[in-house]
Amino acid sequence: MGMIIQTYGTMLLRALGQTLLLTLLSLLFAMVIGMIFGLMNVGHSRVLNMIGTVYVDAVRGVPLIVLAYFIYFGIPGAVQAIGFSNFRLSALQAGTIALSMNCGAYMAEIIRAGIQSVDRGQMEAGRSLGMSYGASMWLIVIPQAVRTMIPSIINQFIITLKDTSILSVIGFPELTNVGKTIMGNTLKSLQTWAIVGVMYLVVIITLSKISKKIERRVNRGR
Amino acid sequence: MADNKISVRNLKKNFGSLEVLKDISLDVSEGEVVVLLGPSGSGKSTLLRCLNQLEKVTSGQIVIDGHDVTDRHTDINKVRENIGMVFQHFNLFNHLTVLKNMTLAPVHLKTLSKAEAAQKAMQLLERVGLADKAEAYPSQLSGGQKQRVAIARALEMNPDIMLFDEPTSALDPEMVGEVLAVMKELAREGMTMVVVTHEIGFAREVASRVIFMEGGYIVEDGTPQQVIDHPKEARTADFLSKVL
Repeated sequence: MGMIIQTYGTMLLRALGQTLLLTLLSLLFAMVIGMIFGLMNVGHSRVLNMIGTVYVDAVRGVPLIVLAYFIYFGIPGAVQAIGFSNFRLSALQAGTIALSMNCGAYMAEIIRAGIQSVDRGQMEAGRSLGMSYGASMWLIVIPQAVRTMIPSIINQFIITLKDTSILSVIGFPELTNVGKTIMGNTLKSLQTWAIVGVMYLVVIITLSKISKKIERRVNRGR
Repeated sequence: MADNKISVRNLKKNFGSLEVLKDISLDVSEGEVVVLLGPSGSGKSTLLRCLNQLEKVTSGQIVIDGHDVTDRHTDINKVRENIGMVFQHFNLFNHLTVLKNMTLAPVHLKTLSKAEAAQKAMQLLERVGLADKAEAYPSQLSGGQKQRVAIARALEMNPDIMLFDEPTSALDPEMVGEVLAVMKELAREGMTMVVVTHEIGFAREVASRVIFMEGGYIVEDGTPQQVIDHPKEARTADFLSKVL
């Protein structure tokens, strides 16, 4: 085990960096996607409700690995076929898109549920004072919804971090992918996967601890 | 007609296939205090909520201060600034202090500056006897205190009509009085008020007009003496005999 750490330590840390980069980028976009589709689903427009529902159902109904293949191989092929012959997606780009879409669908559900957990009277009180739907939503409903959403959002963050390992299938040099390389070189699978596993574990436990702190702080303000 | 604060014509409201308001016409002039009485399900709360369009009407017309609120070209947000509403369950913004509850809307809508809004809020809190609660959160207040803050919050917008939707129904009995006292004072100052309540004593003492509703219709409309003490309709008498 010491040999692996000595020889491949830097490589593993760099891979962890790629994993975190992919996670952070995906979470960022997923928040935006989740906000948009989540709000579509709580509004009163049937058309928007339908778009939101279709998005969430479609993305949740497709395994991430299939989505990743579709975006990494399928999309560039199709774009090249219509004449943009130089079009490529890097593994990072395709991975970020796939993971953002996937995580975004779950975030949309978390945000929808959070908003719907706030009593209708809060929106009505805002509207009765002359505030618009958007202002009442943004200044009154969402700040209260966030409190109930935080544990689920953090949970989703952790799932997304672990899901980056799935993107090893499109060759993105994240932790699991590099683990495979090391195992191939050393043939020491037990040690290699133990090290990779512990690296995930350390990051995730750290995140959970931080999130518990945030949760406690948010609840203290009540 | 022109000096009516509220004018309702042939209002109908359905929830799905359920007809809640069947044919309501009603005028309220400035300074009137109208109390809506009736059994639950009679449509009185729905009527109140139609006035500021928290419920969209199925058909009919509602004109508030000369603005047809049932016309979708009317800027309903602007009209609502002049119609305060007090809810049965207070609906204070739980994440904000009492002071912020009051200043949020006027500051956001720029009807008052931040300093003006805070100053006005303090005056209003003084009036409802809660100046010491400005920095408290709603969860730290009793029901009666919450409702007084809710009234003050509505008054902060300087409305010329106030709607009350069963403002004392969710309160412990010993707190009803403090809320009614604030409402009485408002009535005395000449505020135009429409109040849905089961407080017959309040209706008798404060209302200039009492309307009895049942089954989506207005059954009886008159002074408190006429409607409460000498009801003409059997249905009114029957209802009053149960609640008095």
